[in-house]
Amino acid sequence: MSVISLRNATKRFPGTGGEPHTAVRDLTFTVDAGEFVAVVGPTGCGKSTTLSLVSGLEPASSGEVDVNGEPVRGIPDGVGYMFQSDAVLPWRSVLDNVAAGPRFRGLGKQQAREKAMVWVERVGLAAFAKYYPHQLSGGMRKRVALAQTLVNEPKIMLMDEPFSALDVQTRALMQDELLRLWAGTGAAVIFVTHDLEEAIALADRVVVMTSSPATVKAIFDVPLPRPRDVEEIRLTPEFVAAYREIWDTLREEVARARAEAMGRAS
Amino acid sequence: MQAETLAPPVLSTGSVRRRRLGKLWGVRVAVVVVWLGSWELTASHWIDPFFYSKPTLIWERLVDWFTEGTAFGSVWIQIATTLQEAVLGFIIGAIGGVVLGILLGRARFAADVAAPFIKAANAVPRIVLASLFVIWFGLGLTSKVATAVVLVFFAVFFNAFQGAREVDRNLVNNARILGASRSQVLTSIVVPSATSWIFASLHAAFGFALIGAVVGEYAGADKGLGLLIANAQGTFDAAGIYAGMIITTVIALLAEWLLTLLENRLLRWRPPALQGAENA
Repeated sequence: MSVISLRNATKRFPGTGGEPHTAVRDLTFTVDAGEFVAVVGPTGCGKSTTLSLVSGLEPASSGEVDVNGEPVRGIPDGVGYMFQSDAVLPWRSVLDNVAAGPRFRGLGKQQAREKAMVWVERVGLAAFAKYYPHQLSGGMRKRVALAQTLVNEPKIMLMDEPFSALDVQTRALMQDELLRLWAGTGAAVIFVTHDLEEAIALADRVVVMTSSPATVKAIFDVPLPRPRDVEEIRLTPEFVAAYREIWDTLREEVARARAEAMGRAS
Repeated sequence: MQAETLAPPVLSTGSVRRRRLGKLWGVRVAVVVVWLGSWELTASHWIDPFFYSKPTLIWERLVDWFTEGTAFGSVWIQIATTLQEAVLGFIIGAIGGVVLGILLGRARFAADVAAPFIKAANAVPRIVLASLFVIWFGLGLTSKVATAVVLVFFAVFFNAFQGAREVDRNLVNNARILGASRSQVLTSIVVPSATSWIFASLHAAFGFALIGAVVGEYAGADKGLGLLIANAQGTFDAAGIYAGMIITTVIALLAEWLLTLLENRLLRWRPPALQGAENA
């Protein structure tokens, strides 16, 4: 039973020279409940646009986007979204940031904070509940964002390169943390990244996108058992085999995106 | 509270900072002494203190006003009058500027419609309106408050407008995903992010409110600091003009100090580097 399904979804933006710019075209893929799908593609190919379509932040120009079996109009129920850049509120403490979702959804201040505290503890920030975001490290701010998303108990989680700004060790730590927290939720995940290793380590399926305008090039199953330890799993032969197979497909697109970027620069 | 527990240890640099602060104030006091001293000296020997006055005369005038009272009654009544006008004008103008600025900042079409009118209204030499307001509202409180309001409003409006426009799209999108309605986005995202911008203008705005009140009184009043200054001008009393200026300045500085206290309280979430730059 798929909770997210895209059929020939296309998104065009008004371009700079009057020509509409096509960010994604003819996207077709589905995500089942409880499934973790990673979307990889060359940098700047329009992967994030896919998430905007599913979240309802941007309407599709043509094609269909269904969430929970209904066409997306506005933000669907049960969607959580972790943005690439920091989106925590700098003027609220960690606790009040996490409590924001429940507060918006009509819970009283006290109840919202109690609910939020559970998640603040789960992401390991109990000692920092009263801190402001600027007092935290980049990794801790990502934990706040993660708790902020999870406290709403989303059935669909959209993640836009959430860990790309972190250093390698913190990133691995956050990946493990994400898998641990997600394991109990049964939520469907679309995780956008340009890092194939990250995609394979986390996902059940990997969707490879072409360079701009992006469309689905191929979809691979990742035959790795769960629970996973992202640092250990990278060393297994199954991981390496999957990496080689998917990279063969992705490589051409990355090369093309690079050539295009060079062409544009010169 | 939390900021202090997190801040790097500053114990070793404490004495260095204190010495630097001592030096800073030493030089500042020296500047004032040299300035006032040279003024006093030149006015006593070479130039006519009737036109230029001198520090001792101004001081005598201030003492006179505070002990004997002014030509229009106690100096405290004049101060209270001007302060009341300025504060009322400041509050009305600031609230109007913030509300309209934020609303227009979030409503693109309305902002585009209003843009040329606002530009034109801002280009009007608003201080001249003081004379008009005296005709409309008479010599009492209302005409001065009105002058202060028009000066404060535009200063605050433009910053609130800009602040509401420059809200991080990411924050708005995030709030919408988390379940915020339009009005919740406005109150919990737009208003707090515009607050830094608004406060930046409030500092200047109280100065404008005072100017509005004083100029309003200057244009016609039966009490207030502007009246004292206008009267001093009419009687060729240079020391009186300076004395009025000094009282106004002290009020402006006190208000500035209060605003900074309020700002630090409301914007405590900001990284200390930003606050330090303003306090230094």
